[in-house]
Amino acid sequence: MVDNRQNTNLTMRTPRSRVKGLGASGHGASHWWLQRLTAASNAPLMVAFVVVIALMAGRPYAEAVALMSHPIVALILILAVISVTLHMRIGMQVIIEDYVHDKGLKIVSLFANNFYAVIVAVSCLYAILRVSLGKLV
Amino acid sequence: MAQFSLPKNSQLTEGKTWPRPPGANNLQEFRIYRWNPDDGANPRVDVYQVDRDDCGPMVLDALLWIKAKVDSTLVFRRSCREGICGSCAMNIEGQNALACTMGIDECQDHTKGHAKGKKTGAVRIYPLPHMPVLKDLVPDLTNFFAQHASIEPWLQTETPAPEGEWKQTPEDRAQLDGLYECILCACCTTSCPSYWWNGDRFLGPAALLQAYRWLIDSRDENTGERLDALHDPFRLYRCHTIMNCANTCPKNLNPAKAIAEIKKMMISREV
Repeated sequence: MVDNRQNTNLTMRTPRSRVKGLGASGHGASHWWLQRLTAASNAPLMVAFVVVIALMAGRPYAEAVALMSHPIVALILILAVISVTLHMRIGMQVIIEDYVHDKGLKIVSLFANNFYAVIVAVSCLYAILRVSLGKLV
Repeated sequence: MAQFSLPKNSQLTEGKTWPRPPGANNLQEFRIYRWNPDDGANPRVDVYQVDRDDCGPMVLDALLWIKAKVDSTLVFRRSCREGICGSCAMNIEGQNALACTMGIDECQDHTKGHAKGKKTGAVRIYPLPHMPVLKDLVPDLTNFFAQHASIEPWLQTETPAPEGEWKQTPEDRAQLDGLYECILCACCTTSCPSYWWNGDRFLGPAALLQAYRWLIDSRDENTGERLDALHDPFRLYRCHTIMNCANTCPKNLNPAKAIAEIKKMMISREV
């Protein structure tokens, strides 16, 4: 990755050349769209998530498992995990791109962000399936 | 990382306190950023007393008064003194503004709520934020103008030019209102935190407002190519709708809205 960041070192490149840099990447719109889409889906899914958690509060383990085993509850939780982790990954990537300018640290951070989001998503999905389908498998 | 503190050679030091004008009763204090590239010293803040009875009402009047009567070495850009050339943009009392259209009495209004008890009564003037300084209140706007040039701010057509003018309905012409009035003073762009951290790749509100001005011009035939040139995570999408641009614009334009419209155009190509 080339960092064409303007620096204070002497350069004989013209201002126009520095501004044009490596050209437009042709990406960004779908990223922006997905962030809005997941923001919209997060709203109802998080409300449903909070309701499910509230319903579980104070109940014995068997009842909590029974609630999770309900297909609608399990589906809502699965959708919430997918929506939230996607949104989290995109949002964190924007923050890293904004503030982390060191080339090496930036690559490491972007890798870590992607791995973290996938690990969180897969762990949650595995846990939901394990609990809700526990009796079947 | 983005740099959040000033480098050592940019840290402010105490400056000179200039003598009060003799015989003046109506004084206003000004604290003005000074930096000279030739003396190797850190920037400093000089203190001036301006005789309000001998000076016009605007901040630019005070700067000209200081330059004429107190300290001829004070450097700033100015030209039209009526808010149309965009030269005298600077940071006045923490807000980017044109010195010529900002009244001395009005410039502290927006800070009164914040600085309870701390108000010095002085008018503090600094160069536009986060730009390289050439001298005193004069920032280096090379990158800013190169970015404006990069959006190709002129009519582009493939159809052979008509004998007269390119025609436009009054409704289509009205689309350009709120966009064409930009004077490129750089108040918006230099108030944008996204531009502070990524100004080398993010085009900034002023250039994007002008990009939109040409995108919605009904006479322009290169709309798609213009959108292609903006389709980039940094050039366009570093705008996180912080809205400092719309708050600070001395012409009361709304670059944030123009940028949002560009983002909508991008999506309407896809869905």
